[in-house]
Amino acid sequence: MKQLFLAATLSLTASAAFACETVTVGDLSVAHGWSKVTIGAGRPGVFYVSISNAGATDDALVGISTPAAGMPMLHETVLKDGVASMPHAMSIPVPAGQSVQLSPGGYHGMLMGLTAALKEGDSFPVTLSFEKAGEVTVNVEVLSLRAEGPDCADAEQ
Amino acid sequence: MRLRRLQIGLWIAAIAAMIIFAGTRWAIQGEGVAETSPAFTPVFTLADEEGRIRTSAEFRGKFLLVFFGFTNCPDVCPTTLSDVAQVMDDLGADAEKVQSLFVSIDPERDRRLGLAAYTAAFHPAILGLAGTETETQAAADSFKIFYERENDAASPDAYSMAHSPGLFLIGPDGEWLRQFTYGTPAADILSDLQTRF
Repeated sequence: MKQLFLAATLSLTASAAFACETVTVGDLSVAHGWSKVTIGAGRPGVFYVSISNAGATDDALVGISTPAAGMPMLHETVLKDGVASMPHAMSIPVPAGQSVQLSPGGYHGMLMGLTAALKEGDSFPVTLSFEKAGEVTVNVEVLSLRAEGPDCADAEQ
Repeated sequence: MRLRRLQIGLWIAAIAAMIIFAGTRWAIQGEGVAETSPAFTPVFTLADEEGRIRTSAEFRGKFLLVFFGFTNCPDVCPTTLSDVAQVMDDLGADAEKVQSLFVSIDPERDRRLGLAAYTAAFHPAILGLAGTETETQAAADSFKIFYERENDAASPDAYSMAHSPGLFLIGPDGEWLRQFTYGTPAADILSDLQTRF
């Protein structure tokens, strides 16, 4: 019983840590990778993340890849004249000294061709490709449908 | 004589400018449907998750929270339906006074992917409706909302749907009351509803 409790505590800690860990590549740091539960594997999943550029050179996110989906792409939700559309984003600018959020209602990764439905508590890696800094892989945590983002101690920073 | 010709020219230019200005104003007003339009009663006849025909008339006596979307939408639709689910939970005993509806603007694909499982994943109280193309267009026209299929190689099945992402509130008498624009927090929707009971 005690071991079971310990195991449960460890797995909770591990899953919280996934979304909250920050990875860096060059001047870029990438954190808070998260996704939402999907209803079946036939509908696309979503990928949200925070990227900040501490350097003096503009960079751009130009692609994502993941073993969780056959066709991951970058999209942007655009609200124009009261209509929402979701064009494919060729690249997402990450200007020098600034942060960019892939978050609900804006830029997001669209994970098409999921290999399996995403379930709460799952985690999977996503590799981000930047125009200048190169590639970096983050662990993405699958949160509930109602989640608005990972609950990280540093989320406010 | 020359001056006179110039004057006439200027008058024509001025009148033309006024017509263009008025035309633009009129066009802008025409687009701004939801915020300011006078009361109207939107109607629909659409099949539900089990294929039964449901009409706007049968929901008289309840407030309706209506969202037009599609189940293949990864960002806007889940966010709005999650807000609706939160509202339905937070209404507590008042939840019986409100019916939330998800109207598919991509009915054929949504039926194939499974409408009931989709709405149930957000909240059992959300009813999914997916009619024929004609019925769906008629419902959208009646709510004065826009949707359109967009060909996009970078989307599942090579198309996506552009749509009005608002959440619409209909009164117990069937009259359109207001829209909550995309991103309105669930708490704000809840407190608006609570002032109306």
